[in-house]
Amino acid sequence: MRLAFSFTRWWGVVMKEFLQLRRDRLTFGMIVGIPVIQLVLFGYAINSDPKHLPTALVLGEQTGFTRSIETALHNSEYFSLVTAADEQEARTLLAQGKVQFVVSVPQDFTRRLLRGEHPAMLLEADATDPTATGGALAALQGIVASAASRECRGALAFLRGKPDPFQFIVHRLYNPEGLTHYNIVPGLMGVILTMTTVMMTGLAMTRERERGTMENLLASPVSPLEIMTGKIVPYIFIGHVQVAIILLLSFLLFDVPFLGNPLALYVAALLFIAANLTVGVTLSSFAKNQLQALQMTLFYFLPNIMLSGFMFPFAGMPKWAQAIGNILPLTYFNRAVRGILLKGYSWTDLWPHLFPLLIFCLVVMSISARFFKKTLD
Amino acid sequence: MTDPAIDVKHLCKSFHGRRVVDDVSLTVGRGEIYGFLGPNGSGKTTSIRLMCGLLTPDKGSGTCLGFDILQESASIKRRVGYMTQRFSFWEDLTIRENLEFVARLYEMDRRRETVDLAIENLGLQGRANQLAGSLSGGWKQRLALAACMLHKPELLLLDEPTAGVDPTARRDYWEELHKLAAQGISVLVSTHYMDEAERCHKLAYIAYGKLLATGTAQEIVASQKLFTLAVRGDGLAALAARLEAMPEVAQTVMFGTALHVSGTDESALQGAVNGTSSGYEVTPVETGLEDVFIYMMNHSRDNFGARP
Repeated sequence: MRLAFSFTRWWGVVMKEFLQLRRDRLTFGMIVGIPVIQLVLFGYAINSDPKHLPTALVLGEQTGFTRSIETALHNSEYFSLVTAADEQEARTLLAQGKVQFVVSVPQDFTRRLLRGEHPAMLLEADATDPTATGGALAALQGIVASAASRECRGALAFLRGKPDPFQFIVHRLYNPEGLTHYNIVPGLMGVILTMTTVMMTGLAMTRERERGTMENLLASPVSPLEIMTGKIVPYIFIGHVQVAIILLLSFLLFDVPFLGNPLALYVAALLFIAANLTVGVTLSSFAKNQLQALQMTLFYFLPNIMLSGFMFPFAGMPKWAQAIGNILPLTYFNRAVRGILLKGYSWTDLWPHLFPLLIFCLVVMSISARFFKKTLD
Repeated sequence: MTDPAIDVKHLCKSFHGRRVVDDVSLTVGRGEIYGFLGPNGSGKTTSIRLMCGLLTPDKGSGTCLGFDILQESASIKRRVGYMTQRFSFWEDLTIRENLEFVARLYEMDRRRETVDLAIENLGLQGRANQLAGSLSGGWKQRLALAACMLHKPELLLLDEPTAGVDPTARRDYWEELHKLAAQGISVLVSTHYMDEAERCHKLAYIAYGKLLATGTAQEIVASQKLFTLAVRGDGLAALAARLEAMPEVAQTVMFGTALHVSGTDESALQGAVNGTSSGYEVTPVETGLEDVFIYMMNHSRDNFGARP
């Protein structure tokens, strides 16, 4: 076979895709709508460090000390206190999910404390969702310390106990306030690009087959390479429009910092979009119709969203899951984008996350060129 | 007119173990309109796709415009205009955009002029910016033909181009085909219509993947050696049922007010018909193409039915 690439033919395919895209209102709406909706939902609605969790307080006694604990719980911002009459009622509230925590202070707590008996309070947590309780439980130690330091003064100073022999100093780098949306919003860029670009190219190819126009293309001198690359180009353009929308919104709505090089982000996005498009084209050479292409997109999308480190910490996954995550382009793109935006990555920092994308593109592209059906067999 | 436009031998193609095209050999001369007939699912479309390189044959060989159909499909594609059975241009592009895209695909020079001319020839100047999907069936077919002709092919492969098109549009379409043939363009056209078959220079009849007859209309009619009587009168349906049961009668076909009764033995047929249809008007008529095709189709089905 002659390996001829004609620019005229290729440009014809590109122009045709753009024209068809322009007339497809729904797809156009998707290009703009999906980034905006996802960004607003994820950015505003998701918080992995929830505060003001409803907490039932069961007080066996009312003393200055218990009031102090109440204040300390309140001041931590993790607990929003409601008073429960007794243990029984508090348990019911917990079971019904109306409160996240129950804090019980036993009857003679203050007396035993003053005697130096080292009394205990009980905190019961609805731990079905670890994310919901994690932050609050981690804050408990500080709450005890703060209440104790306020109450155990003067003659009671002996109750305070000795300070720890050494301590940790914690610096939260790149996201000092631990804001979830600093992590989520840059991550969303890759997720949105994966979703829209894979799906759109998958549909673009199968649409030709479903409408019978593929037969016409195959009967003409246009080569598979020209068809595939020509169909990809408009979506590279669209991908960049989406990147621009996401960046603009993340800046305007969420104040996400942009410490790195915009050009680096552009290059990373280009590679990542290309990787997704090759996947889309490949899926479409296996799909018989548009519905199948959509179903395959979902199959591809799920591991990407779960195992790429977008939703759950990559380091926390078992080895096999990390191995899968390591072949997904979204994994690398997430690291690259978060690095560029939050850590101010330089090109050398970025390279380890870029070259896997490049390899992915080349491998998938050769697979899809291999399976593209040049005849109707 | 040196080599033929199409010259294929012993083409075979199976899908999922089913022989769709079985040992088809065909020669189409230059400037010839070659009709390709046969019932639905007989392998017409598959044969056409084999000839233009859209499918690779399991067995067989041949040339199309002098190029090998197995090796040189790229060269064939440049010189052949293939019109699919279903409208296969882009319904969400306008007429002009469709033609411009095709012109680019064939890397034509002076595309704008060519496209303008094609639109003018179609008589669609005022509607060039209309979406192709909004055209009526007849206009779609004309647009498809214009698009196939855009790159000035030497051979046209037309797969049921006039299916679902009204008679006037069909007549215009065929006039166009004859004009093209007069310019030396070869045409292979599949059809179900007998009037169209009679407008072809040569015909091939295919059923169940096998080529049953080739030649001019007269040759095909003559080859089957059928004799036909036209019977007129009342209650022809009941008479047809009675005649069908007789061994001398090969088939009966209703043509408007007349019942065509055909058989292979002239005197036996005459005797059988005269014996059954007293009170009816019986006249010998020339066996038509349609009688012959129906006869061949029934015959081939019998042959195939006997096979395990």
